[in-house]
Amino acid sequence: MSATEGQPPAGTPSTATGPEEDTPMKTATDTAATPAEPSGAAAATSTTTSTAIEIHGLHKSFGDLEVLRGIDFTIAPGEVVCVIGPSGSGKSTLLRCANLLEQPSAGRVVVGGTDITDPDVDIDRVRRRIGMVFQQFNLFPHLSVLENLTIAQRRVLRRGKAESVHAARENLARVGLADKESSYPSQLSGGQQQRVAIARALSMNPELMLFDEPTSALDPELVGDVLSVMRGLADEGMTMMVVTHEMGFAREVADRVVFMDGGVIVEEGTPDEVLGNPQHQRTRSFLARILHPNDTPATDTP
Amino acid sequence: MTTQTPAADAAPAEAGPRPALSPRRRRRLVQGAQYVILAAAVAALVSLADWQQLQHQFLQLSVARRMFPDLLTVALANTVLYTLSGFGVGLVLGLVIALMRLSSVAPYRWIASVYIEIFRGLPALLIFIFIGVGVPLAFPGTAIPGGVYGQVALALGLVAAAYMAETIRAGIQAVPRGQLEAARTLGMSHGLAMRSIVIPQAFRVIVPPLTNELVLLFKDSSLVLFLGVSLETRELTKFGRDLASETANTTPIFVAGLCYLLITVPLGYLVRRLEARHAKAR
Ligand SMILES: Nc1ncnc2c1ncn2[C@@H]1O[C@H](COP(=O)(O)OP(=O)(O)OP(=O)(O)O)[C@@H](O)[C@H]1O
Ligand SMILES: [Mg+2]
Repeated sequence: MSATEGQPPAGTPSTATGPEEDTPMKTATDTAATPAEPSGAAAATSTTTSTAIEIHGLHKSFGDLEVLRGIDFTIAPGEVVCVIGPSGSGKSTLLRCANLLEQPSAGRVVVGGTDITDPDVDIDRVRRRIGMVFQQFNLFPHLSVLENLTIAQRRVLRRGKAESVHAARENLARVGLADKESSYPSQLSGGQQQRVAIARALSMNPELMLFDEPTSALDPELVGDVLSVMRGLADEGMTMMVVTHEMGFAREVADRVVFMDGGVIVEEGTPDEVLGNPQHQRTRSFLARILHPNDTPATDTP
Repeated sequence: MTTQTPAADAAPAEAGPRPALSPRRRRRLVQGAQYVILAAAVAALVSLADWQQLQHQFLQLSVARRMFPDLLTVALANTVLYTLSGFGVGLVLGLVIALMRLSSVAPYRWIASVYIEIFRGLPALLIFIFIGVGVPLAFPGTAIPGGVYGQVALALGLVAAAYMAETIRAGIQAVPRGQLEAARTLGMSHGLAMRSIVIPQAFRVIVPPLTNELVLLFKDSSLVLFLGVSLETRELTKFGRDLASETANTTPIFVAGLCYLLITVPLGYLVRRLEARHAKAR
């Protein structure tokens, strides 16, 4: 079952962008909202690209602290890339630069042919195409599960009520929570909340999904449900960039594993290469610490 | 618990000399003394007060009866109207100032801070006099729309906005940053994310303090007294005072006071309920 069809070709003459932001809240009467989804931002080139995301020479500093020191890599459509690395190595920052939650200090990020670091790009429009799942779920606590999934469809994609509810239910079923649509986030377990967060992102029909340690805040027994939802997504061909410490997931699901340390990519390759036969000392000691946390203390601090 | 045998445990507790007066007994004694003093004071009050005179002054039914129905249809109605209009102006203005305080444009932040400092630092009465007397003097010919009602709404609103802005700002800042980020990653603009995600959550946090502000405004509406109001625009305090001097009796003031309490006490109770509920929800 694919909830992700009907994405109109990019480069469609877009309807006016500005005024929709100022629509007053009370448009909830809504029955006749336009189902048309004005997609495809500024770039007319996107139809010809074969990369989901390209990152070129990405640098990011917070004041004097240089967190990313030149990152280059691309993800092909349908590819699943897991990013691993020690705490503070810049994994989250990299992910957040990929949808401009952080403004890169230098370098370019190209998503589906759109250079999103171009100041003229409508970033809100690009972000609709990029789903993001956070470590802390970040569900909207004042909205029911169903409303969490429909609010952006309604207000951003201008979908009608029936259509947005339909898409929401479809995605809730996809993450195995069809019976929770009228619950509030506080009534759900962490694992359920994270699956709702995934369904919320999917309801926007993204072409790329970013996951920032989606299972790190979960009790161990709840990790499996979330990972199996993600595995299902990968099987359906979703393009995914996943920051994770779940080496089992990386080994089984990832097409490629990227090891980061100190703001650079130290090593990347297939899971077998990077996890099975790491070439760099830093990768080896990181993996040793992750896989055997109780063994010898780390000695590789830079 | 590392008890071996009950006997070995109990023995040392029993030992030690007993003090002449155990702490518990002493507390009981002090408490008893307090009741005695209270009873004496009440007895003195009851026997010494001239109840006839007191009732004549404070609760003369014939005077109280004269207050109806204007007490409710004019005075209380106006008090409520002044309060709500001031609250409305304050809320809108306060929200704007709170958003300015949080703006990324530095001059907006400065303007908002200056506003807050000024209007929190001045007596509300001065603002009333400024609006009622100063503005007409300074700009002859200009009239604040709505007459006295407009003036009161503006004066109360200006003062309330300064307090509400700080409350609202704190409420907005209490919403975790991840909420805004999650909304933005769904493609919402900053404005839409604030309106539909952040501000609704902020308002849940600030309902108790805003209700408190409503209580304060309810009392501050009495400052209309200084705006020179007509018969139709009198509110509780002015109404009570006028009737008191007319009848040379304190009853109208007493009754007007009861009217205030009729509103403020339940509202205060509501605030505490809301706060308790909020504390539990955390
Ligand atoms: N907004 C910020 N302001 C200042 N410093 C920041 C900010 N965000 C991140 N940093 C710093 O950047 C560095 C990298 O942070 P980042 O969150 O990207 O690491 P990470 O690899 O995701 O680590 P973890 O595994 O702990 O999540 C850290 O030293 C962090 O303190
Ligand atoms: Mg991180």
